[in-house]
Amino acid sequence: MTENLKIIEIEVLRYNPESDREPHLEVYKVPFSDDMSVLQGAQYIKDNFDGSLTFRWSCRMAICGSCGMMINGIPKLSCETFLRDYYPNRIRLEAMHHFPIEKDLVVDLSGFIEKLESIQPYIIPKEPRSLEQGEYLQSPKQFSDYIQFTSCINCTLCYAACPQFGLNPDFIGPGAIALLHRYNMDSRDGAAAERMELVASEEGVFHCSAVGYCSEVCPKHVDPANAVNINKTNAARDYFLRFLSPKGGSK
Amino acid sequence: MKPGLKRSNAPIFWSLFGAGGMLSALFGPALVFITGIAVPFGFILPADAMSYPKMLAFAQNFIGKGFILAVIALFLWFAAHRIFHSLHEVGIHAGVGAKLICYGSAFVATVISVVVLLGLGF
Amino acid sequence: MSKRRPYVRPMEGWWKKNPYFVEYMIHESTALFVAGYAFVLLVGLVRLGQGEAAWNGWLEALSSPFSLIIHLLFLVAILYHTYTWFKIMPITMPPIIVGGKKVGPGVITGSGLLAALGASLVMFALVFWLGG
Ligand code: SF4
Ligand code: FES
Repeated sequence: MTENLKIIEIEVLRYNPESDREPHLEVYKVPFSDDMSVLQGAQYIKDNFDGSLTFRWSCRMAICGSCGMMINGIPKLSCETFLRDYYPNRIRLEAMHHFPIEKDLVVDLSGFIEKLESIQPYIIPKEPRSLEQGEYLQSPKQFSDYIQFTSCINCTLCYAACPQFGLNPDFIGPGAIALLHRYNMDSRDGAAAERMELVASEEGVFHCSAVGYCSEVCPKHVDPANAVNINKTNAARDYFLRFLSPKGGSK
Repeated sequence: MKPGLKRSNAPIFWSLFGAGGMLSALFGPALVFITGIAVPFGFILPADAMSYPKMLAFAQNFIGKGFILAVIALFLWFAAHRIFHSLHEVGIHAGVGAKLICYGSAFVATVISVVVLLGLGF
Repeated sequence: MSKRRPYVRPMEGWWKKNPYFVEYMIHESTALFVAGYAFVLLVGLVRLGQGEAAWNGWLEALSSPFSLIIHLLFLVAILYHTYTWFKIMPITMPPIIVGGKKVGPGVITGSGLLAALGASLVMFALVFWLGG
């Protein structure tokens, strides 16, 4: 660190489950250089002021999806957000909204993981092929139908942006539905009808009121709001046409 | 897949909401301007455009009837759905009561409109 | 024993805390004005059913200054509803592919607003034609 570093005030929402009844804010004065991310700011606090500050990170290059937090109230990846953009104002870090706080900036993601499992995030082949039959072929056009939804990094920023998830924690939510849509749209997959049971359920897509903020904050431009709303139309079609279809739709 | 999933009946209300939202977005502003500002005050549009014989003829016409019913009923189903959700969102979990008031008034208004429109004859 | 004690933050007042949510609440509340206007029309329809005198009474009520103010409010709110309805349309509808490319959000919103303008013009023309 050189001498003429600027100093930024970083306010962090601290919570220690072993000693605190509720979270509280603490301010740290952090010297920073122009190339320092918010994540590095947090690391500076951990190294120099309080080793107990807890937060998640891994890749530091916006691809692992683990460093999400509220930065001045907006859900962002802290590794691709820079301190210089906030200086000379104070910057406030909080755990991602709408999730229970485990400790400091770390939230409890177990609910999200369960939802992720429930959407069956894998290809369930339309027609199983044997090895001799060869690979499943897909045209570039078919690929382009779902490519956008493969970009999700499970950062859950969209959940931190979704008031409906905050109000109804059972809501499957934007990220998981985007992934569900990714598999439904894959020409090799044949399980859309199976997944419909979840989509059309009370925890499914209809909690969404098209706020749209999830798509706004998504760092990978997945547009999860679009996935959710397309599936509303699908679920409505399934609801009204289930009596016409030979298989009777889902229950 | 999770056990015990219950199919939501939301598609019924959501479809009415979507239809009403679209109809009011397309026709709402111009309708308000015509029926509430231009015609009553003879502003731009002819002041007698909504005279009794003309409106009666409109409401006796098959297409006119459909339009009147669609506007009143769908506008209200749209509004009922949004208002009910907004109540929940600002933390008023009035539950069944709020549901009854919101969707109930849309339903009653629909019934009244149908009865009056049928009563006006063809 | 587990030392875990996850803290759940309250949702109270969430919609005041982010300008994006404030705008959301404003455009949601335009529904109140849509409902208000629909009730005015419902009363009109009922009056129409009661005969000429009743209908003229309703027309008279419409030409009061109070009614003008109310309708100006309706107009502003419902115009905002129109704008926001088509503004969020790109996220609520399936992608439209033209010539192998996804139609952009601006085009979708713009087409919606144009359709509303077209619908308005058609109605004005009808009023002139039927009522002139
Ligand atoms: S959809 Fe976007 S915001 Fe949501 S989890 Fe995936 S990458 Fe993150
Ligand atoms: S540390 Fe991996 S996304 Fe930020």
